[in-house]
Amino acid sequence: MSVPEVVTALHHEESTDPLLLGGETFTSRLLLGTGGAPSLESLERAIRASGTQLVTVALRRVEASSSGAMLEVLDRCGVRLLPNTAGCRTAREAVLTARLAREAFGTPWVKLEVIGDEHTLLPDPIELFDAAEQLVADGFTVLAYTTDDPILGRRLADAGCAAVMPLGSPIGSGLGIRNPHNIALLRDAVSVPVVLDAGIGTASDAALAMELGCDAVLLASAVTRAREPERMALAMRHAVEAGRLARGAGRIPRRWHAEASTQMSGLPEL
Amino acid sequence: MKVSVNGTPTDVGEDATVATLVAARAGGHDRVAVARNGDVVPRSSWADTRLTPGDRLEVLAPTAGG
Repeated sequence: MSVPEVVTALHHEESTDPLLLGGETFTSRLLLGTGGAPSLESLERAIRASGTQLVTVALRRVEASSSGAMLEVLDRCGVRLLPNTAGCRTAREAVLTARLAREAFGTPWVKLEVIGDEHTLLPDPIELFDAAEQLVADGFTVLAYTTDDPILGRRLADAGCAAVMPLGSPIGSGLGIRNPHNIALLRDAVSVPVVLDAGIGTASDAALAMELGCDAVLLASAVTRAREPERMALAMRHAVEAGRLARGAGRIPRRWHAEASTQMSGLPEL
Repeated sequence: MKVSVNGTPTDVGEDATVATLVAARAGGHDRVAVARNGDVVPRSSWADTRLTPGDRLEVLAPTAGG
């Protein structure tokens, strides 16, 4: 194989290295939240630029919900829907919301969120685990939004969650990945996909998540609230692919001192 | 009779069902879900589920969300 052929093959193979999630195959490793977009047109352009195949949606009282136009956009984009349980504070609320979403959207997939605090929107681990067990028993494909605690992540995976989705930092904060070490530990602790969810601010955060070994990235605000959502969506797409490639390529070890890349032998005396 | 719909006290007819409620409150919406007194009412049961006084109903529809 010539060099161009190898590069082409690598590019093709690596950039489409599929994500196996909940028994389904995805060629994109970027999941997009639909919340926060300034308009449906902006959302559609961002979805298309991101290349995502899986987007989150929510349920709200009908008076406060978007019109059917949003669903038309999502259907037109050909993306799969992942209902969330955003806003739920107890296992009971989250389980009921998941069941309502299954009824409304006709999917057993759920992004399970159980929030413990209004200011940080951090997950409540006790309620989360309770809800995860109930939903797995009820046949749901549970993608659990969780803290970056590797032990809790392992417990959620052991309970049958299809994916564990640790936060990088609080939802919408754009603070990036505050504890990369925990994300890497969590990645090693479970065999199901790990999706970095929440806290991404810009493209380098998404790339770092993938370099740490995450299988995918889920983000919303970083794109929908960017000054130019479509352009940021494209940046995120490239960042996720770059991070995945870098992870697979094997980075050089960190060194305390420099190591010349130009040979010293043959150096002239000038 | 009086029921609560999405947190608002509401008068409905004596023969009201979940189906008539959805038609009145969410006519133009697709992929609606209904909870009655804390339980899901499956779409297949909407027409047969008669409302009773004091019912707490939540009529939900899709919206954007992270």
